[in-house]
Amino acid sequence: MTDHLLAEPTTPPDVVTPELELAGVDKVYSSRRGSTEALRGIDLRVAAGEFVALVGRSGCGKTTLLRILAGLLPPTGGDVRAGGRPVWRGGRRDEETVSRFGLVFQEPNLFPWFTIEDNVALPLKLRGTDRATRRARAHELCELVGLGGFEKSLPRELSGGMRQRAAIARALSCDPSVLLMDEPFGALDALTRDRMNLELQSIASSTGATVVFVTHSIPEAVFLADRVVLLSPRPGRIHSVTDVDLARPRELEIDVEPAFRETVRALRAGLDEEDTKRSGAGPWEED
Amino acid sequence: MEQRGNLAKWLPWVSAPVLLILLVIVWSLVVSVFGVSEFVLPAPSAVAASLGELVVDPATWGHVQVTVTEVLSGFAIALVLGVLGGVVLGRIAWLEVAMRPALVAFQVVPKVALIPIFVIWFGFGLTSKVIMAAILAFFPILLNVLLGVRSVDRGHRDVMRGLGASRWSTFRNLELPSTLPYVFAGMEVAIVFSVIGAIVGEYLGGNEGLGFLVVSSLNALDAPALFAVIVLLAAVGSVLFFAVNLAKRLVIPWHESVSEKEFA
Repeated sequence: MTDHLLAEPTTPPDVVTPELELAGVDKVYSSRRGSTEALRGIDLRVAAGEFVALVGRSGCGKTTLLRILAGLLPPTGGDVRAGGRPVWRGGRRDEETVSRFGLVFQEPNLFPWFTIEDNVALPLKLRGTDRATRRARAHELCELVGLGGFEKSLPRELSGGMRQRAAIARALSCDPSVLLMDEPFGALDALTRDRMNLELQSIASSTGATVVFVTHSIPEAVFLADRVVLLSPRPGRIHSVTDVDLARPRELEIDVEPAFRETVRALRAGLDEEDTKRSGAGPWEED
Repeated sequence: MEQRGNLAKWLPWVSAPVLLILLVIVWSLVVSVFGVSEFVLPAPSAVAASLGELVVDPATWGHVQVTVTEVLSGFAIALVLGVLGGVVLGRIAWLEVAMRPALVAFQVVPKVALIPIFVIWFGFGLTSKVIMAAILAFFPILLNVLLGVRSVDRGHRDVMRGLGASRWSTFRNLELPSTLPYVFAGMEVAIVFSVIGAIVGEYLGGNEGLGFLVVSSLNALDAPALFAVIVLLAAVGSVLFFAVNLAKRLVIPWHESVSEKEFA
């Protein structure tokens, strides 16, 4: 088993049992008008504590891939495992496996009828944790994501960035070993986004969680990730996997360092190479 | 911002009485200047005098009680059936499609035209009016609940699915609170419609209720009394509407429709 893993080119040498493992994952969407192949033959292993970014243009299947990983969407083929256990058994997901995940979506998706505190503690409530423990934990998490003092506020009273922090706090409330994030900062302005990236880095390192982070921003991916997985579209496949050898903790100013710029440049080139291969999309068509 | 918020709070309390006083002044002037016959448009003072007599008469409150009973019974029936129907049709798509022609057909029928039928079936008592109030109130509740059940946010559903929430937890924490604003929107329309149903029912048959009082004032050619009963009806309708509105404020204080509206 170990030998087999080590032989894989996308696996870092220190991996023994991958936290997440995708093998030959396919996804075909079928509708009356025909079928669309969203993903083809995705193989990926993510080590415990590793931060992996999935990057690609819109329509390359990165969100589909994350939803399959999260147990929200069944794959049409292949094997998905977390901590060695399958996420999907036939068409049904394994609840126990999935319970180790924390999910953050593009939208904060906070419930407007709950206070920030109740939103953050929702996962605990569903697990039957008592009220006092929930409140204490919510308070702790609000402090962690910089929302101390807003526990009793309603989501509509908070800014977009603050709501997304609350969503992250909610994802963390059950001490997930894996954080799955789908363009969580996509809707935020550039300055807020920078700050959120810094905070996410420190949260990831302090919790030791494995993170899979979907984004369409290459600099964001390079800033955050240990490895950047570039997906190419129609059907979604892995184009390349790039190691990011930059020391942590990383500061925002890292974007002027040659190593950072070189990695970003190489990834852009990979993306453009994909574009020139297909006549449809121009090289600068972002998103 | 702060000042504007305050303005939105106190302005209606000033504007409403001012508008009312203006109306009464214009009304008095029209009556005295043009010498309008009392039967066509009685002076505000005559209406006020009539209203005074009406209010001190214990029989009036008996009629109010009858009408309110009819309205609330009809409303309660409509609420229960409307919510049940809305949830069932909202959940079972094929059933909604199957029921749609029947719903549309029943909705376009002028339902007050059905009252004579109910009088034949249920007599001149409370029952025919309660049914009328219930039928009028039923559709706004049904349609709003149907819409509410369908409108549960997909992202919110993903959150609950991601957390492996049970059906009951999903209902309790997501579907119910998410649908409640629609239920209350339907209820606010429905309470007004119930009043209409009960009053029209009373016009057509029986010898009780404010609708009957309207008809008997008309038969007595007592225009001031007629106007006074209408004022009383407006007051009863307003109290009922604000009761529903208050319930909404208490149950869903988090919803946008409840928060203080500011000027754009």
